[in-house]
Amino acid sequence: MRQLLRHGRYVLTENRLTLGAFALLLVFVGLALVGPWIAPYDPLATAAAHKLEPPSRAHWFGTDHVGRDILSRVIVATRLDLAIALSAVALSFVLGSVAGACAGFFGGWTERVVSRLVDTIMAFPLFVLAMGIIAAVGTSVVNIIYATAIINFPFYARLARAEVNVRREAGFVEAARLSGNSSARILAAHLFPNCLPPMTVQASLNMGWAILNSAGLSFIGLGVRPPTPEWGIMVADGSAFMVSGEWWIAFFPGLALMLAVFCFNLLGDAVRDLIDPRRRT
Amino acid sequence: MGVPLLEVHEVSRLFPVRGTRRWLHAVDGVSLSVMPGECVGLVGESGCGKSTLVRLIARLLDPTGGRIVFDGRDIGTVPAWRFARAAERAWIQMVFQDPVDSLNPRFTAFDTIADPLRRLGVAPERPRLRDRVWEAADLVGLSRELLGRFPHQLSGGQQQRVAIARAIAVRPRLLLLDEPTSALDVSVQVVILHLLADLQQKLGMTYLFVSHDLNLVRLLSNRVLVMYCGRIVEAGPAEAVFNRPDHPYTRALLSAVPVVDPGERRPRIRLAGEPRSPVEPPATVCRFYGRCPEGFERCEREMPALRPIDRDHQVACHLFESRPGTTLGE
Repeated sequence: MRQLLRHGRYVLTENRLTLGAFALLLVFVGLALVGPWIAPYDPLATAAAHKLEPPSRAHWFGTDHVGRDILSRVIVATRLDLAIALSAVALSFVLGSVAGACAGFFGGWTERVVSRLVDTIMAFPLFVLAMGIIAAVGTSVVNIIYATAIINFPFYARLARAEVNVRREAGFVEAARLSGNSSARILAAHLFPNCLPPMTVQASLNMGWAILNSAGLSFIGLGVRPPTPEWGIMVADGSAFMVSGEWWIAFFPGLALMLAVFCFNLLGDAVRDLIDPRRRT
Repeated sequence: MGVPLLEVHEVSRLFPVRGTRRWLHAVDGVSLSVMPGECVGLVGESGCGKSTLVRLIARLLDPTGGRIVFDGRDIGTVPAWRFARAAERAWIQMVFQDPVDSLNPRFTAFDTIADPLRRLGVAPERPRLRDRVWEAADLVGLSRELLGRFPHQLSGGQQQRVAIARAIAVRPRLLLLDEPTSALDVSVQVVILHLLADLQQKLGMTYLFVSHDLNLVRLLSNRVLVMYCGRIVEAGPAEAVFNRPDHPYTRALLSAVPVVDPGERRPRIRLAGEPRSPVEPPATVCRFYGRCPEGFERCEREMPALRPIDRDHQVACHLFESRPGTTLGE
């Protein structure tokens, strides 16, 4: 454990960009945890007298068309956006890696079923598929999570299948069999940990994509309902005012989105360095 | 003579050839027996089925036909996937060719050696487990400080020591060595070979040593089996086979071994052509026919069986059938 911590420090300090991304992650996580308490205003409180104010001392990010404080809304929205993305990624990671690993290890009909399922999902434009799922089952936060998880499932399933498949015939798998491991145990304890580095990188890159996706769903009105603060809806709200010069309404939630995606993409590489023992010196 | 530890009767293994309905005969009707305490060498060129035969004996693969009897028990009938829980699992262990491939990159040396001890229930709990792992590490000459390391932090020789320690930790009675030194530097090869010879003495194990390096086999083995194209063509005491090879293939194989003395000139038997395809070879033609410098028309009509030509010495070749003493032991 101490070795892991020391290695973690090494990975972070070795690369400044990684350190920056990690700091950004801490900021986002912090905002998600304590956001509602540190937001300067009530994110839902409207104030007709202060509507469409540009960024100022009192309202750092300005106010929107009904006078709500954008900064407060951006801060409070962090928790919901991250929670949706994290749950969706966790769900597709678990389902995708179990299905993909079994397909890659056992082959035969398991592989055929999983491959056809993946092909079926991939046959649709994924965002349109997510829209379709939500339109069919109804708009709710839980359904956004399911829809995002379903469209991300193929990436994990395919990656896990490929990673397990190349190692299936490896000597250490034969050796594990000689050591008395059952097939399930070989898969879970010997093969899967070896597939984790690329899988975690995928998960981290996917986090950014999942955030974009759920924001996108909200943007077109199929996600979180207004007036709940959420980056996607806020960008949608602000887009109408871009042409008339009130750029801050869409800009700041958009910036938050961009930084979140950027942060998770950078962290992907750091996580791989951390988790792959071959990088350990 | 005592009771053999391992007896293989007419065992074969076919693999389907992709895209056709034909079968590849990797191991075709092989019989052999190994006495307790022996070191039997298995030699042959690459692709002759050595590795498949060893994996059949290790019960990593299921035989298509034939029987594998270990210590009086027929273990060939237990499917490979269920053999992990068989009582005989701990008794047959194996050291693989390439330690980089055979060690899990995410397991420390300790965990690698501890895995069979845990799984096979030899020493499932901590203090005893640690003792057994240390004991195995000491036996293979692996310093205890190295046990916390991952494979990539060890040298090739240390990696192979870890692999050997894993195999001997559960005290197998039969240790299968699948070219255990061919992935190592020459200097390390000798060290590992001496270690293996020592361990056999100390632990009273029986070895089946697979190699294409005839000098290594000569160094370690009491008895030698020569395999060609899925079949055993010659079997006998190491001295007899190496000094007086009978089968034309063995003679050609031995004449290819480089000689230390540059002044010594030996006739080199060069084989023409390629080995026969192992995909559904005709059952009535000697596998070596066509490449054999001494082949005659009978070789095309009849597959020669493995017949004794001397005590313990068997050859599968028609050349030796008319010899006096052929009936010995029959």
